[in-house]
Amino acid sequence: MIRTRGLTKDFTVCRTQTVHAVRGIDLDVAPGELVAVLGPNGAGKTTTMRMLTSLIRPTAGTAEVAGFDVVRQPAQVRRHIGYVGQGNGAGHQQRAADELTTQGVIYGLDRRAARRRTGELLEALDLTDLSSRKVSDLSGGQRRRLDVALGLVHAPRLLFLDEPSTGLDPHNRANLWEHIVRLRREHAMTLVLTTHYLDEADTMAERVVVVDHGRVIADDTPRALKRDLAGDRVTVQAAASAEAPRLATLVAALPGAREVHVDGATVTARVADGDAAVVELVRGADRAAVDVVGARSTSPTLDDVFLALTGRSLREGPETHDGDRAAGKDAA
Amino acid sequence: MSTTHAPIAARTVDLGTPDVRRSWARDVGLVMARELRPVVREPFGLVFGLVQPLVFLGLFGPLLVGSTGGSDAIGPDVWQWFVPAILVMTTLFGTSTTGSNLQFEMQTGAHERLLVTPLARSAQLVGRSLKEMAPVVAQSLLVIAVMLPFGFSVDPVGGPLGLLLLALLGVGLGSLSYALAIAVRKQEWMFWMVQQTVLFPAMILSGMLLPIDAGPRWMQVAASLNPVAYVVDAERALFAGDLGTTALQGFVAALATAAVGLAVGIRTIVRSTD
Ligand SMILES: Nc1ncnc2c1ncn2[C@@H]1O[C@H](COP(=O)(O)OP(=O)(O)OP(=O)(O)O)[C@@H](O)[C@H]1O
Ligand SMILES: [Mg+2]
Repeated sequence: MIRTRGLTKDFTVCRTQTVHAVRGIDLDVAPGELVAVLGPNGAGKTTTMRMLTSLIRPTAGTAEVAGFDVVRQPAQVRRHIGYVGQGNGAGHQQRAADELTTQGVIYGLDRRAARRRTGELLEALDLTDLSSRKVSDLSGGQRRRLDVALGLVHAPRLLFLDEPSTGLDPHNRANLWEHIVRLRREHAMTLVLTTHYLDEADTMAERVVVVDHGRVIADDTPRALKRDLAGDRVTVQAAASAEAPRLATLVAALPGAREVHVDGATVTARVADGDAAVVELVRGADRAAVDVVGARSTSPTLDDVFLALTGRSLREGPETHDGDRAAGKDAA
Repeated sequence: MSTTHAPIAARTVDLGTPDVRRSWARDVGLVMARELRPVVREPFGLVFGLVQPLVFLGLFGPLLVGSTGGSDAIGPDVWQWFVPAILVMTTLFGTSTTGSNLQFEMQTGAHERLLVTPLARSAQLVGRSLKEMAPVVAQSLLVIAVMLPFGFSVDPVGGPLGLLLLALLGVGLGSLSYALAIAVRKQEWMFWMVQQTVLFPAMILSGMLLPIDAGPRWMQVAASLNPVAYVVDAERALFAGDLGTTALQGFVAALATAAVGLAVGIRTIVRSTD
């Protein structure tokens, strides 16, 4: 469905400054996949999507979307995809239902079919009561749901969603996902989406692509990423700090143990299997007569994956890196 | 979740034929219809665009009557001279600012959404520009209706032709305004700077408010290069029932503006890929 090689985009901000927004992305997406793209603000997610949807021209590299080249055959690309951008797709002066119907007609439905489809989507995304409201009078989350509805009107075979769930309350997020999942099942749709909700990517996507500074730094199933890059974490607490070093030795002997840290009476480490490690530790401590007062295992999150990859956390405060700037002559 | 929702996958969407037959004219029609919907829904917005021209009519008109009424350049009836020009002014103000609507849609993401649909990009520009005809004609009719009691007369053939001429000019100016909005999309403030810089000279050098014949030679030369000047003269002739050369020159100027505007506009939207 998608195949990119060395996809690159530089923006010239002013004469002396170039932003390397995307730096050589190779991505293959097979039909039917659901791919979540993760990465901090400014990582290049939107820029990549805008290249794949023919909105902007790559500086270098190639991209084939739905079998067509994005630079040479943009019209064909557009005919085969759907796109929900990061901004608001509905015109503010328009009414919600009108925009949906127009979108349907644009994609080739006759007006009656488009109206029926509008009704279905409004109902599906809990917007029926708002159908005759002006878009500018909708709340942020309502507007976002309308944006997503606009992208779904023609049930495209390949759908790009740029932060579809941002701004939605938990109920509507769940609701949105329910529909995305159903849509996929019924139409064998391929989905590429970005999100800042790590749990969402974790539970819904079969494949997570982590982007940072315009590059893909990891690409696998959430499970494999967590297993290979983060691993379970165990935390055990000795009764006294004096016993911590001995406890640490026991921890270090666990299968796959690494990053063993001692902090007062608490010992933490990454291990291959957290639950098994806790049992093993408690038994071992018992045998070695180390007094353990607490032990738990925690599963890794995708944030741990990102931390392991970059040394930074996605949850931490805004580490503003507006892409990487370089002087114009360096960029050339 | 306990609520039940309608299935999102509709029978109405036939995924087997993504390659729906598209026609360019249909695309233009769709864009036009979408643009017109808010205008029709809230026609009061049109009145807002009339404030400025009506102020000119109400405050500048009487001055003209007092100072130049009966002069050779203006003729015996000041309203017959001034009202057609005010119609052109309304068109000029209304359509030269229309790019800011597109600018807003570029900021929100609505324009981006439409760019990714199969709508031909040229059709998106042409549809928007053609839509300008509707408010131009509606506003002109309002101004005429207001001025009829003051003795403004409309030639039964020339009047409708005058409206058509205004509509044509509106298409040209509207497409130029859209082209400008797209061209300066990275420095939005530039839009108003350029628009204002062009608007007032185009207005004054059209002989709209005061006859150009009274000005210095260089002004007359500049006016002879200003398409709006020809349209103003043509409107005066048409509303008076004179369908001769002056009117024809106006149509040529308006058509040329529309042709250039649409060509520049299409080129700009098609090339707006970053
Ligand atoms: N039109 C543009 N002109 C100049 N720089 C741009 C432009 N668009 C994006 N950039 C820069 O390119 C980099 C990548 O931006 P992009 O929008 O792709 O990030 P993102 O991963 O989508 O971030 P976010 O999570 O905030 O949406 C950023 O540094 C951004 O400032
Ligand atoms: Mg983004």
